[in-house]
Formats: sequence, C-alpha cells, structure tokens
Amino acid sequence: MADFQMGEQIREVKVTPDKYLTVRYAGASGDFNPIHIDEEFARAVGLPGRILHGLWTMAQVARAQTEAAGGPEHLRRLSVQFRGMGVPEQEVSVSGTVREVSDGRVVVDTVAEQAGKQIIRNAEAELEL
Amino acid sequence: MPVNTKAIGKQYEPVAYAVGREKIKEYARAVGESDPVHLDVQAARAAGYADVVAPPMFAVVYSGPSVGPLIFDPEIELNFAMMVHGGQEFVWGAPVVAGDEITTTASVKDISEEDGRGYYVFESISTNQRGEQVCRGTWTNIVRGV
Repeated sequence: MADFQMGEQIREVKVTPDKYLTVRYAGASGDFNPIHIDEEFARAVGLPGRILHGLWTMAQVARAQTEAAGGPEHLRRLSVQFRGMGVPEQEVSVSGTVREVSDGRVVVDTVAEQAGKQIIRNAEAELEL
Repeated sequence: MPVNTKAIGKQYEPVAYAVGREKIKEYARAVGESDPVHLDVQAARAAGYADVVAPPMFAVVYSGPSVGPLIFDPEIELNFAMMVHGGQEFVWGAPVVAGDEITTTASVKDISEEDGRGYYVFESISTNQRGEQVCRGTWTNIVRGV
C-alpha cells in the first residue's frame, strides 16, 4: 500500500510523445479533430503544427496518480484546467504535491509541463487508499 | 452579444457503449499504461476483476460520444470556431471492465459569461448494466469573444 505524507512530491511521470502518438490516440479515443493529426490543417488555422489532445495529457496526469497510489481503483476524482497547447516530440512531465491526507483519502495538487510551460494547471486529484 | 442561457438543464437521449477488451488495450497503450490489469486478462482476473479493467481516463471513450452533439446543438448557440476545451473533471465510481455495457446521459449544467468569454458546462453521467454509476464528467468549454 502506498504511503502518502503531506507536502511530499509524488513520483514524476516523464513521457515524450512520438511523432505519431496523436494519430494512435485519435484512433484509441475517437477524437479525430484534424488539429491533432493533420500538419497542414493545423498550420492553416494558425497553430504551430499538430498539437496534443488535452485529454491525452490529462491521461498522463491520471497515470501519475494511479502509479503513485498503486492501481487504477485508487483514483476517485481528477479535475484539470487546460492551458496553452502541447506538441509532439517534446517531453511532457507531470508532477504533484500531496496537499491533504485524512482517513485514507489523499488530495494531490498536480500539473503537466512541457518546455517549462504548464499545459495542465490547477489540477486536483483525489485518491482513496 | 450575451450568451443564451435557455438550454441550461436540457437533457439528451442516453448513448450506449459496449466496452471491448481490445479497445481497452488499444486505449491503455496509447496513453502509456503499463499496469497489466489493463492489458492482460489473467493479470486482471488475478487482481479480482472479471476482465481487463479500463484506465480511469477511458471515461472519455464511453462518455465522449454523449457530449459531442451538445457542441453542435443549435439551441445552445455555441460558436465552435472560437471554442477551447478549458477544463475537465471526472469522478469515478464502480470500475469499468471489458464486457460492460455503459449508458451515458448528457445535460447542460451551466452557461454563463465573464469578461467576454462564454462558459458552457456540460455534464455526463455514466452507469453500467447493473445501474451502478461508473463516472460523472464535467466538461467546460470556453468560447472567446461572445
């Protein structure tokens, strides 16, 4: 059983989405918005190129919690704010700090960053141990 | 132009989703899950699940299709071209495993305006074939320049 102390950091998750990740995630999730999979389309609407799905990045935030807690059943709630955009082929890192521990319930403040910018901020995870 | 709030409270027809074992595995691989309870039936059964268990964020797969149509509902008057997905919350209940039949009902929870931005908040409630709630999603879409 994982042990959480107030103020401690959860183990960081670092992942570099490869060039074709957004295509695999589009198929897996059913979100085929062309801003994620079509370089020309993304540029035509003023983006730097294809961008990551926010919900893929949120899944990395979720994974950081379930890996820290020792299984998917421990994650009871996750709320996030999306800011800016993530891009393929650059490392995404998820960090978190335990804010509250009481009666087997843990609250973690967590964020996802890429190139020094938060792409998910003000995220809050609730774990049940 | 103020946002139109008349659709607040509107409920939509339930959407059914049959959870497949290979779909869970495909999703788990795409988000980098390595826990064998998502990928291997024997490991999932050894951990006490009836079949491979969905990662929590698989909620987007079974509940997303219920929320998508709201974005284009003319009654909501949401300007899709100016929309960004601003925030998301999921609250999980019973675990979802391969073989489950999930039914999701979406509704318009709130529509409001602040500093020239429209906030369109949708809710999805997903239940399994036993009537147990598996997930509640809160989807916040922000529209610039309303």
